[in-house]
Amino acid sequence: MLEVRNLTVRHGYLQALTEVSLKVAPGETLAIIGANGAGKSTLLRSIIGLHQPTAGAIVLDGRDITPLPPHARVREGIALVPEGRRLFPSLSVEENLLVGQTSRRSGPWSVRAIYELFSWMGDRRHERTVHLSGGEQQAVAIGRALMANPTVLLLDELSLGLAPTMVRRIYGVFPELVKKGMAILLVEQDVAQALRIADRFQCLLEGRTTLEGKPADTTTAKIEAAYFGLAGRAGPGSAA
Amino acid sequence: MNWVNAIVQGILLGGLYALFACGLSLLFGVVRVVNLAHGDFAVLAAYLALVVITTTHVPALLTFVIVAPLFALFGYGVQRLIIQKSLEVSPLTTLLVTFGLSVVIQNLLLVAASADSHSFDLGSLISASLRVSPELSIGYVPLMIFVTAVVVLVSLQLFLSRTSIGRAIRASADDQEASSIAGVNTRHVFGIAAAIAFATVALAGLALGSSSSFDPSAGPSRLIFAFEAVIIGGVGSLWGTLVGGIILGVAQAVGAQIDPSGGVLAGHLVFLAVLALRPQGLIRARLAI
Repeated sequence: MLEVRNLTVRHGYLQALTEVSLKVAPGETLAIIGANGAGKSTLLRSIIGLHQPTAGAIVLDGRDITPLPPHARVREGIALVPEGRRLFPSLSVEENLLVGQTSRRSGPWSVRAIYELFSWMGDRRHERTVHLSGGEQQAVAIGRALMANPTVLLLDELSLGLAPTMVRRIYGVFPELVKKGMAILLVEQDVAQALRIADRFQCLLEGRTTLEGKPADTTTAKIEAAYFGLAGRAGPGSAA
Repeated sequence: MNWVNAIVQGILLGGLYALFACGLSLLFGVVRVVNLAHGDFAVLAAYLALVVITTTHVPALLTFVIVAPLFALFGYGVQRLIIQKSLEVSPLTTLLVTFGLSVVIQNLLLVAASADSHSFDLGSLISASLRVSPELSIGYVPLMIFVTAVVVLVSLQLFLSRTSIGRAIRASADDQEASSIAGVNTRHVFGIAAAIAFATVALAGLALGSSSSFDPSAGPSRLIFAFEAVIIGGVGSLWGTLVGGIILGVAQAVGAQIDPSGGVLAGHLVFLAVLALRPQGLIRARLAI
């Protein structure tokens, strides 16, 4: 269980997140939606440890991991597939995956298991990642994160720059993982895609939660209002 | 035949420059730090070897067994305690800090060991040579230094391309942030890269003390040759470092053949020509394969 408690993060003078809280349980998928600059990526980067919050805490299975650096959080069971994939250009596909096992926990994932998940990858394991298509690079980035055997997987804008069919294929990987108990926290600009896969969602606007709930219980109008701030500064769950 | 001799001696000299340059290249390629105290650390290693020789009576050529590991530990400490801290302030701070280290080392050596110049006592080995032909003979000491440089570069290349720590070093050189979220402790990895760089700088210092004399202020001029070798060969390429060192060595030797006082100048001119015509260096590559 990943818990974020009243997280406040600043970039210099800009307050990127204001008292954001969330919970993701094992086997659950939570989607964070919101416009550009709402603080979605900052939230994920803070959870993995790339930003230090000014207030609040990040708690994993009851343990406060806020003071830990990123690599130690990976060992605790959090992994991030970063925005823009961020593969290592001078390393081969396989080497990119192997870097992901540096702080691995025990678990089912290995290079071979990743090659079974993405069947094309084994044949191209010695290629540099720059020769891969965007979708293939995204698959390597997901594989690299899985190599650490995370219990909580953070996904940052997987759909960016990919064709819709590719986006659907990439997202098709996760239901199986969730069924086995992995918790997924995803950030996505493609709201329809995010709501299709998520059990619950939380909408951010200017660093605050403006709406949360289950996709089935919400109307498009409510989401639009929370997404664009049409209802003014409404409290969680009451924007309409 | 004098020309052949000049070129051969230049190639051997290039080995010494490559040995100096590979630590500089590694630290810049991985940690993105220009270590202005690089030459001074080499001189410090040479003095440390002198201490080891006088206290333990180990033969000069075997001091590397003690000095290189000590310098590796020292490098890890310097990286974690000094360079990393300044790196987190700003990249320019590292320039100031390493420049400061350079001044401190030179003055500490001056206080502790005086301004007298020293060299290692290698006995009869210093003048021993391999006679290839009546006009061409190759000194054992320069040959050993050249072979050491090649062995160091080959091992470094294999280490970076074949081991998991080498892979983590290359990943961190590519993208420090991405490597930290993939689970790499980048500070530790930078410490290891610095440890390796310092071990090679210790070897370079020993090579310096074996092939010529040194004094507390000998570091900065060595740093310039190391910089030139790195830039001629191409930043971040280990083979480029060897090629750059050899080109610089040959340029100096041939220059000295033309005019006895023109050696260093000829090296600088070749360096400037490369900088003007091919600023990315002759060999363009990332760290290892």
